[in-house]
Amino acid sequence: MKLDEVLEATEAEMLVKPPYNIDLESACASDLMSDVLLFTKPSMLLVTGLTNPQAIRTADMAESPAVLFVRGKYPPPETLELAEEMGVAVMLSPYTMFEAAGLLYVAGLRGIGKLPIMRQQR
Amino acid sequence: MKREFALLGFMGSGGALSKIHELIREMQVSRVMTANVFTLSPDATMKELEDLLREHHISGVPVIENQELVGIVSIEDLIHALENQQLDTPIHEYMTSKGLITAHAQEPVMEALRRFEHTGIGRMPVLDARGKLVGIITRGDITIALLGALQELYTEAEAMQQRPQHFFDALESENTSLLLRYRIEKGNFARGGDASAKIKRALLRIGASPQLARRVAIATYEAEINLIIHANDGGLILADIQPTEITIVAQDSGPGIADVDLARQPGYSTATPEVREMGFGAGMGLTNIERCTDRMSLWSAVGVGSRLQMTFKVSPEETGETSDDD
Repeated sequence: MKLDEVLEATEAEMLVKPPYNIDLESACASDLMSDVLLFTKPSMLLVTGLTNPQAIRTADMAESPAVLFVRGKYPPPETLELAEEMGVAVMLSPYTMFEAAGLLYVAGLRGIGKLPIMRQQR
Repeated sequence: MKREFALLGFMGSGGALSKIHELIREMQVSRVMTANVFTLSPDATMKELEDLLREHHISGVPVIENQELVGIVSIEDLIHALENQQLDTPIHEYMTSKGLITAHAQEPVMEALRRFEHTGIGRMPVLDARGKLVGIITRGDITIALLGALQELYTEAEAMQQRPQHFFDALESENTSLLLRYRIEKGNFARGGDASAKIKRALLRIGASPQLARRVAIATYEAEINLIIHANDGGLILADIQPTEITIVAQDSGPGIADVDLARQPGYSTATPEVREMGFGAGMGLTNIERCTDRMSLWSAVGVGSRLQMTFKVSPEETGETSDDD
């Protein structure tokens, strides 16, 4: 999925343009950065409500080329600066994470599917 | 691979050709056109046209009346006027005004190119969404933009050639090892990930595969965040990079982990609500690290400190020993 389609599906605006054309293969929505690091694959869109610079760091580490911030929460300047520096595209949608993810799913973007159930040992 | 074949090799990998295609399809007319366009009024004379064309080395001008585009007049029209010795005639007698062919600022260059082909005209006034004149485009503008883009692609292909083909290709010795050290400050989330990002770039620069660099970066990032969250006076990250193995050590001098086995349980965390608010402290750090490493050992003593050692094996394809494709 192209970023234009993400913008259209979630009524988002582009805050930091990507340095090259991006074709997303899947998406991951989470506010827990360890989850993101665990699940992301390259060419994955990161959907998150966490607007601090660590969201961009996490995307960079996991080679996720684009981040979609949700619930209309405008990221602080240091986040945008880091995104510019790292070459990570940043978009902002007015929808909640649940709805943004739903809209993207309907538009054809998929996640990573089922995971094994992990039980905590006490 | 020889240098001259850099671009060809690049094209072969599915890069350049699709990029050129993308370029023509997606580049907008507004990026290619000349924006500061000279115009004339329909009452200006053909002599004035001649002066303008000569002075600015251009071949045609849009004709504007009451801020509306009413026609276009070109060097061919000027030749007709010269043949008829009518240089004092007003432009509106020679200009093209009916069936005026225009381009739109937001349309792809490809569309403009098609219109040039179908009509055989030399230039098109460019209009914005409200029909206002914003520029002029010629076939030459498109050629120049495409050549510029090709040049960029070529430079990119050349840069790719200069990158080492295999891990540690650029450095030769009996026993090569690269040691990188980073001091991590406690609580400094703003710089969190700095060391990991630097290690990742260093690995890529010396020829590590993106998969290897990614594995190392994710594990190191988790370890770095752990130091920022927990370590009393911050900590140290050491990266020992060797051709067949990468070892990253994250260590601190306290507080130490009381129950290492418990800390390694997925979901277990002692992080504060503030840390969780930043997206960390989900108790998945060590699980994540374990998944990314080939070997991991965690030693800790309360009051003394912790030492996390992560080992990543460089696969044989990456060392360049088993494959010899160039």
